[in-house]
Amino acid sequence: MSSATMKVDRREFLKDAAAGATGLVIGFYLPNRLEAHASAAAEAVPFAPNAWIRIGTDDTVTLVIDKSEMGQGVMTSLSMLIAEDLECDWTTIRTVFAPAAKEYANPVFGMQGTGGSTSVRGMWMPLRKAGAQAREMLIAAAAEKWGVDKGMCRAENSQVIHTQTKRRLSYGSLAEAAGKLAVPSDVKLKEPREFRILGKAMKRLDSADKTCGRAEFGIDVRQPGMLHAVVARCPVIGGKVASFNADKAKAVRGVKHAVQISSGVAVVADNTWSAMQGRDALEIKWAEGPNASLTSAAIGKMLEEGASKPSGAVARKEGDVTAGLASAAKKIEAVYQAPFLAHATMEPMNCAAHVRADGCDVWAPTQFQGVNQMTAAKIAGLKPEQVKIHTTYLGGGFGRRAEQDFVIEAVEISQAVGVPVQVTWSREDDMQHDFYRPASHSRFEAGLDAEGWPVAWSNRIACPSIMSRFFPGSVKNGLDETSVEGAADLPYAIPNIFVDYQLTETGIPVGFWRSVGHSQNAFFSECFLDELAAASGKDPYEFRRRLLQKAPRHLGVLELAATKAGWGETLPAGRYRGIAVLSSFGSYVAEVAEVSVDKKSGKVRVHRVVSAVDCGRTVNPLTIEAQMQSGIVFGLTAALKGAITINKGRVEQGNFDDYQMLRVTEMPQIEVHIVPSDQPSSGIGEPGTPPIAPAVCNAIFAATGKRIRRLPIRLEELV
Amino acid sequence: MAIQFTLNGKAQSVDVDPRMPLLWVLRDTLNLTGTKFGCGMALCGACTVHIDGEATRSCITPVSEVAGKKVTTIEGLSADVSHPVQRAWIELDVPQCGYCQSGQIMSAAALLATNPRPTDAEVDDAMSGNICRCGTYQRIREAIQRAAQMRVAPPRQKGLLEKEADTMGETAAMTPDEPAAVAVSAGGAE
Repeated sequence: MSSATMKVDRREFLKDAAAGATGLVIGFYLPNRLEAHASAAAEAVPFAPNAWIRIGTDDTVTLVIDKSEMGQGVMTSLSMLIAEDLECDWTTIRTVFAPAAKEYANPVFGMQGTGGSTSVRGMWMPLRKAGAQAREMLIAAAAEKWGVDKGMCRAENSQVIHTQTKRRLSYGSLAEAAGKLAVPSDVKLKEPREFRILGKAMKRLDSADKTCGRAEFGIDVRQPGMLHAVVARCPVIGGKVASFNADKAKAVRGVKHAVQISSGVAVVADNTWSAMQGRDALEIKWAEGPNASLTSAAIGKMLEEGASKPSGAVARKEGDVTAGLASAAKKIEAVYQAPFLAHATMEPMNCAAHVRADGCDVWAPTQFQGVNQMTAAKIAGLKPEQVKIHTTYLGGGFGRRAEQDFVIEAVEISQAVGVPVQVTWSREDDMQHDFYRPASHSRFEAGLDAEGWPVAWSNRIACPSIMSRFFPGSVKNGLDETSVEGAADLPYAIPNIFVDYQLTETGIPVGFWRSVGHSQNAFFSECFLDELAAASGKDPYEFRRRLLQKAPRHLGVLELAATKAGWGETLPAGRYRGIAVLSSFGSYVAEVAEVSVDKKSGKVRVHRVVSAVDCGRTVNPLTIEAQMQSGIVFGLTAALKGAITINKGRVEQGNFDDYQMLRVTEMPQIEVHIVPSDQPSSGIGEPGTPPIAPAVCNAIFAATGKRIRRLPIRLEELV
Repeated sequence: MAIQFTLNGKAQSVDVDPRMPLLWVLRDTLNLTGTKFGCGMALCGACTVHIDGEATRSCITPVSEVAGKKVTTIEGLSADVSHPVQRAWIELDVPQCGYCQSGQIMSAAALLATNPRPTDAEVDDAMSGNICRCGTYQRIREAIQRAAQMRVAPPRQKGLLEKEADTMGETAAMTPDEPAAVAVSAGGAE
């Protein structure tokens, strides 16, 4: 569609929407043009001063979003970072998702991708500079046209204004001239007191698209001549196809092909359902491989033995923990366990690809475009630059979409059948062929002095390693930092601390799961610390407070959450509080959970969660609130319900009946309080998740006197 | 043999295996992708559509069952994102990843069509079949109550707020050339 016709439609649409929409900001009705993704960066617009800003002569300001929008709000927050210094009209900006290209490499991990709560942290400076660069060039262009000093001009709402004469030129009318100027390297950024967007409650840019079915997720990609595929994968993790017969599958109406690929047998049809029917009709002999008799019990034993081995990789050593324990007036020991967990994004894994002799297109809901491009190129025998990655909206990511498996399948199948193919995973495929949150085993010993203050803390952890597969180079001397995050960085003032790690592979593939190692280690550390408070007869909040005197940001959120929750004040009968605090991804979060436990059934009800977060300077308070709620629900779901178990090498869960999600009926009231801060902005996608499991389990202890030392919480342990 | 039904106010005929779930007919045969696949077992609600006004999980509904019936999908709920539930969703910034929201909105719209002023407990009950992995439940609750308020004071287009399944079909069919409809199709055609 030409920009001219688009413009007319948009104007009329806006007029109409404005007439009818009460209480709505007009801009939210603008369709975000997903079509333009891949071509956006290269699109011939007169003014493209850097990788993120495109301004056309028709006044359209298009911002290129180089991070994946998976619900965490980057489309909005990154737009805010650009728009602040660009001084553009917020209500008419458009966004497109970036193609895979070098200039979009994530500054935190050097490759294009979204994860680790890095988007705002990494992009604060590059995007603000990009906006300021463009603004200065537009001002210079206007000053030149008017023949005035550019110091006498300013930018506002997509216009340059000559202050003295009040003359104005729109960005569009300056685009051609600005495009001919050199890009300034040294530009002045606005001072925080001048911000009109950053720190303000800006509504999401994608709400309208996501409210009328128009938002295009990976699974919604439709291409001319595209076929639909599903893949039969070995039910035993790590197993392969030995042989197969597809005669019956090919007899199913709509089925076109059945081909073997690296992950199994793909059935390709003119619709997804026919492909599924065809898959059911396949006759496959599997070579089940080394996991054929693996069980959860055996895995539990491996981890237990791992955590009991005499020495692992030392993650932290301060003082002399042996001497500290020997000197203690009281010793406490405990073993904690956490299970494997599936990601269960609402949009199951999928990907579309079209491999040709001279190029390849990949349409993917992906968190890792940089690697997708290399992966697809290798399979298709092409150069990376011949592969176009079109990023769609992601129906949840949580780390799962940092993997390559769904992209590999789509590329292999399209290569085999020669047309565009979309591979779609069923819910069961998705749940049974995940890269799971590692199951983990954590052994504690601690000593208290005569006054009940901790003098020694020993924590020995065994779990499979994510990084030894994902970034093997980062595992040094057997230490995977992600396995001990949230444990090795214990913030409490304890003179003797020892944390070690036994890398224990189990045969089950593991991957990044929202908040990664913190997800289990916060549960371990913050519950065991609560045990120490109880053993010393001290209030768990005051106990933490005293031990965090030299950790001001931990202390800040702890005190804020406790105050807002009314810690120490009387609760309605049957309700109890628990508290936990943790730093992750540069941010600090404390949560207080109000819980009741039914004495007969053991059923746990979480009524209210009061959270406090310090994530540095606020970019968008609405995003922070939504992400905190979201992180809490994610962690609470896992604490109350989540466990992936293995039998005969197979994942025993398959769908939402046996791997349950928190539903609206169980939703607590969540309050989010933000600590004002001038520190650099830090992560918000993940830090809400870790503290909720320990906050709830500590509340359960307050309610019942029973310690939950393995997740998920089991009702039978509470009656 | 072709199966005929009314889809978003227009006559629709499809020649597919009659056992094929409505979900896949909508998504793959008709390329109407707003209705989402989440579980295939009516456990998550992502595929919710209205069949004769009733919220129904299209993933387990064979297309043969909708012969002669009126089917409304998220695309047909309104021509211009103006249904009170949609407006409330936008006003309160409900969606995060957004994948479940078509189903959430269809469940909420069906609830309000029969129960214009639901209690909080009735909202929870009606929405309990819709999973949101991003945890937008708090805003979903608020937005449904907000939409209930909006329905009392309709902003435009009489009839839009009642029995949206029927009315919306009419609106879409009667006013295909209105700017709003053009803009929506522009977005959809891209």
